[in-house]
Parts: sequence; structure tokens; C-alpha cells
Amino acid sequence: MSRLAAKFEQLKANNRKALIPFITAGDPNPEFTVPMMHEMVKAGADVIELGVPFSDPMADGPVIQRASERALELHMGLRKVLDMVAEFRKTDNDIPVVLMGYLNPIEIMGYEVFADKAQQAGVDGVLTVDLPPEESEDCIDLFKDRGIDQIFLLAPNSNAERVKKMDAIGSGYIYYVSLKGVTGAGHLNTDDVKEKLAMIKEHTSLPIGIGFGVKDAKTAKTVADIGDGVVVGSALISKIEANLDNPEQAKQEIIELLQSMRNAMDS
Amino acid sequence: MTEKYNMPDERGHFGPYGGMFVAETLMEPIQELNAAYQRYMIDPDFIAELDADLQHYVGRPSPLYHAQRWSKNLGGAQIYLKREDLNHTGAHKINNTIGQALLAKRMGKTRIIAETGAGQHGVATATIAARLGLECVVYMGAVDVQRQKLNVYRMQLLGAKVVAVESGSKTLKDALNEALRDWVTNVDNTFYIIGTVAGPHPYPAMVRDFQTIIGREAKEQCIAQAGRLPDALVACVGGGSNAIGLFHPFIDDEGVKMYGVEAAGDGVETGRHSAPLCAGRPGVLHGNRTYLMADDDGEIIETHSISAGLDYPGVGPEHSWLKDIGRVEYVNITDTEALEGFYALTQMEGIIPALESSHAMAYTLKLAPTMSKDQIIIVNLSGRGDKDMHTMAEREGIEI
Repeated sequence: MSRLAAKFEQLKANNRKALIPFITAGDPNPEFTVPMMHEMVKAGADVIELGVPFSDPMADGPVIQRASERALELHMGLRKVLDMVAEFRKTDNDIPVVLMGYLNPIEIMGYEVFADKAQQAGVDGVLTVDLPPEESEDCIDLFKDRGIDQIFLLAPNSNAERVKKMDAIGSGYIYYVSLKGVTGAGHLNTDDVKEKLAMIKEHTSLPIGIGFGVKDAKTAKTVADIGDGVVVGSALISKIEANLDNPEQAKQEIIELLQSMRNAMDS
Repeated sequence: MTEKYNMPDERGHFGPYGGMFVAETLMEPIQELNAAYQRYMIDPDFIAELDADLQHYVGRPSPLYHAQRWSKNLGGAQIYLKREDLNHTGAHKINNTIGQALLAKRMGKTRIIAETGAGQHGVATATIAARLGLECVVYMGAVDVQRQKLNVYRMQLLGAKVVAVESGSKTLKDALNEALRDWVTNVDNTFYIIGTVAGPHPYPAMVRDFQTIIGREAKEQCIAQAGRLPDALVACVGGGSNAIGLFHPFIDDEGVKMYGVEAAGDGVETGRHSAPLCAGRPGVLHGNRTYLMADDDGEIIETHSISAGLDYPGVGPEHSWLKDIGRVEYVNITDTEALEGFYALTQMEGIIPALESSHAMAYTLKLAPTMSKDQIIIVNLSGRGDKDMHTMAEREGIEI
């Protein structure tokens, strides 16, 4: 069983929901990332989404765009992100790590080379924003053969057919984008999300992580009550951005925010 | 070629290129768009409305002009210019914006967004939005806003909101990113008019279909004027919409050679260029797989060209396919060479070309003398140079 499947099974058995923080690898500097991943685990993270910086993050709002730009200035790329996962795995063999980003870095590396390297590094899942199921046939088996889950995104305007398609070929979990827009935008509408989740659950038994618009303990709790996992990204990266001259402070604030979310979700 | 050329497949693939590489939120709108496009492209009422606009509003057909003095001066092939510069708004871009805007109207969309590099597509979009009474927002890289001030003012006069994009390299690719972010946020009422043959399916095929009017007219005009098909076609390639518009109707005519001219900037060997077909590699950007300028980590490399309209790291996926199958030869022209093309046409024929089109002129300077006097080249004069007066004057040290 993959680390992701095992993790969600364990959570379900304990009647808990997954807390899934997202940070961009290499932001604000390469030394920050791996220790931060360990700290996030201590603060209650169940799965870590690690953002692969990309020059053209078309689905991201300004906060994650700037995180990518900061990391790219320090020449952070896919190859170094894989090294970070390997580094993390030296002392953590439990928490699943999902690489989140855009297709081109993987495309340029080559699907098979990437799949091999990701497996060696200890990557558990891959979530590429611009790779819908329709275009994934060239890579999905390569990933599956190496125990790497392909995580797809669902949106408010996805219909039942698409849920079925993702259920058939996706694994690990499905990421539900709670609103039409970019990361970090607006406020999610709880009733809309609830209604949509009911439809999605009819057509898949995969766990559903919900992201976009999770800002604090309160929204984390609301979302946790609806889905199987809560993804939080821009709210964490805002802490980094507010403390660029003091990364230690950023780390503390991220830990505190995650702890407050964990407590709210478990209460 | 024995079989008739028929690309893309129904999912928008040109061989390995093209496709629909978009975020999930955009899958529904592009499928909705594809359905509308498939329906209206064979709808007689729609075609009639489009044709009437192209004739009476744009001023089509655009002339095919035999540049006799320039041909004689170069001493080789007879050069014919397809005068897209004479279209309303001064470039080929309007052929496509009218088509897409009419489609938007039929689909009940009330808000139009667009990206623009040199500003020609932005102006063409703002123009048709004004005429149809649609809200219009144009995204433009902050660098391009600076170097194409005249077009920014034109768009504003036409009632469009121009948003200067400050992210990334602040050029065309970043404008596209920002337009995609807008679309993902406002999918319900918004129609995204992409200006070139890139983006997710159906854009590469749809924009091409709206632009093939160039090649269809040129073919008829060439036969009427010279009594036969041309020997060669030349067009500049940024995203590649004017080139595909000219080339596509000739693809099955084996005797017609085709040259797509990319922008070599400071020279392809310097790395400072915008020539993905000549010096890039296949990758995925902005919804399709195509040749790109990317580094070993897959990050998109900043491009360089004197011409804002060619300053783009990707290219339409059909061009990638036409390169791989060897049907079109892709060449490149430096900034310096493009200026030679600009002055040549201006001084020989009294026609001031856009800096984009000047790349095609510059390649014609090289090609024509290698051909015989009874051969014919059709060069796509895709836009007029008025918008570039500031850039040119500045280079000459003149203040205007």
C-alpha cells in the first residue's frame, strides 16, 4: 500500500482529517525547506505538498507566484526539489510527500527519468496543475509502476463524468479546488462546497482534499468537516513573505498557524 | 504527400503536439468553446455574418501586391506582398478577433479578455469589443506597455481596460498567464480571445481557421495575377498565426516551399533570441505541447527580440508538427537583419512594415536573389509599422 493510501486509512480509522500544508521548495532559501517540513509534521501535518517552482505558474495567485520567483532566483528547480525529498526521507519514512507544480519541468526531464528519480527520492504523489486526465496517458502507468500516486484536481464546474474519469485513473487522493479562481483568492462558500462534495463522493471512494481559500483555524475546521483533508498554502507562504528578513520568525508563525488548525480540526 | 493534410485530431493533437494541458477549471469552458466552434464554423448564418464583417468592416480582400521595384532591385524572384497591413487596425490580427468575438456573442458571453504583446491583437480585440458593446480587458506585459505606448492609448480610447502585468519577465508570456488567471476566475461570463495559434485546443485550430482567409485569398489572387501558384511563401513566426494563415491553404500543394521566420534577437548563438523552433525543445506551456525555450529544469527562458510581437518563448503546436514532418522550413533573422528588411521595404516600395513583418522582409532579401526571375515568392506583410515609429526613431537618436 502506498504511503498516501496508508495514511488516509489510518486517519479514517482514528476518525481524523488530513492536514496538508503546501510550501514552495526553496522559498525563502533552500536551507529553510527540509527543516520546515519536519517542523510541519511536528505541528500536525499528515501529508506535505511541496511546490516545484515554475517560471509561469498560471493557476497561482500573487502569493505563490512570488514564492516561485524567490525560489527561482536561487536557482531552485525540479532536480534540487527531488534532492530535498531524499533529504527529508533520511529521517522521516512515514509522512507522504506530494510534488505539486506544472507539467513542463517533468516533461523536460522526461517522464520515465522523473518517475525513477521521484521513486528513489521517496516521492509519494504527483499533482500537476496543467495535466488533466485527458493528457495523462503517457505518464500515469510509469508513475503507478513505481508506486507514485497521480493526484488530479476537481473544480466547482467539473461534472460527474470527470469525477468518474479521475476515480478510474487517479489514486492517493483527489484535490478539490473549492472556488473558481487562482490559489489564495477569495473566500470559499461552505454550502457550495458541501453540495459539490456530495456529488463527488457519489462517484469516487478516493479521499478528497479541499484547498483554495483555507486561511485560518476556522476555515480549516469548516473544510475538515466536509472533506477528508484540508490543504493550506497561500496562508503559510504569506508568513514567509512577511518575514523575509527573519525566516526563523516565519517558521514559528507557520508552526503556530498549523497547530491552531490541527487543534480546531481535532476538536 | 499523398493523403490530404488533416490536422489536428479531435482532441486537438498535431502528432505529439497541441492538446489540452489546462487546469481543471478551464476544461469545461474549453469544451464549451469547442462545441460552439464546431457548430458555428459550419453554420451558414455565422459564416455569412463573418464574411460580411471581413468585407465591409476589415476591408477584405486585402491586395496581393507585386513589389516590382524591390524584385528588380534584388534581381531574383518576383516578390508579391500579401497586404494584411491594410486591414482595419493595421494587421492580420483582426481576422481572428472578429471571428472569436462573433462566437462570444453567440455563446452569450458579455466580457472579453485578451493578451497582447506588440499591442496589435489588443487593439484588434478592443476594436471589435467596442463595436459589439462588450466589456474588454487586455493584459499586457509592463515592459511591452512601455515600448508600445501608442497601442496602449489606442486600446484605452476604444474603451478597453489595459492591465500592465508586472510578474515574471513582464512580456507576452506573462500577459498570457495573467489572462488565464482572469479566465479561471471569471469563466461564467468571460470569453478569452487568444491572439495566436497557441493555447489549449480548440484555439490553435480555431485561430488558424479564422486566419486562413489570408492564404485562401493569396492563392486565388496569385493564380489570377500570375496564372499559377507561387514557388515560395515567407512569413514571420512568433506564435505563428499570420504564418499558418498564409501557409495552411498551400500545405497540400507540394511545389510550394514555405519559410517560417523566427526572431533571432541578438543571434541564436547568443541565447538571446525568440526562436524556439530553431533552437528550443518540445515542452508544455499555456495549454499545449510545442517547441519552447526552456532550461534543463523546464523553466521558461526569457526571450529577446526587437519586435514585441515575436517576443514569445513558445510557438503554435501546428508549427512544431510542420517542422517535424519537414513541410515548412523554419529559419531565423536577427534584430539587425530585421532592420535591413524594414528599411528595404520602406525605401524600395514606400511601405513601412511592422517590425514583426520586417523579419519576413529580411528573409526575402536573402531568398529572392537565390531564385530565378520567373519564380514567385509571396511574403506576408502581416502588419504596418506605425506602431514602431517610436522604437525606430529612438534607435536613430531622433526625438518625436
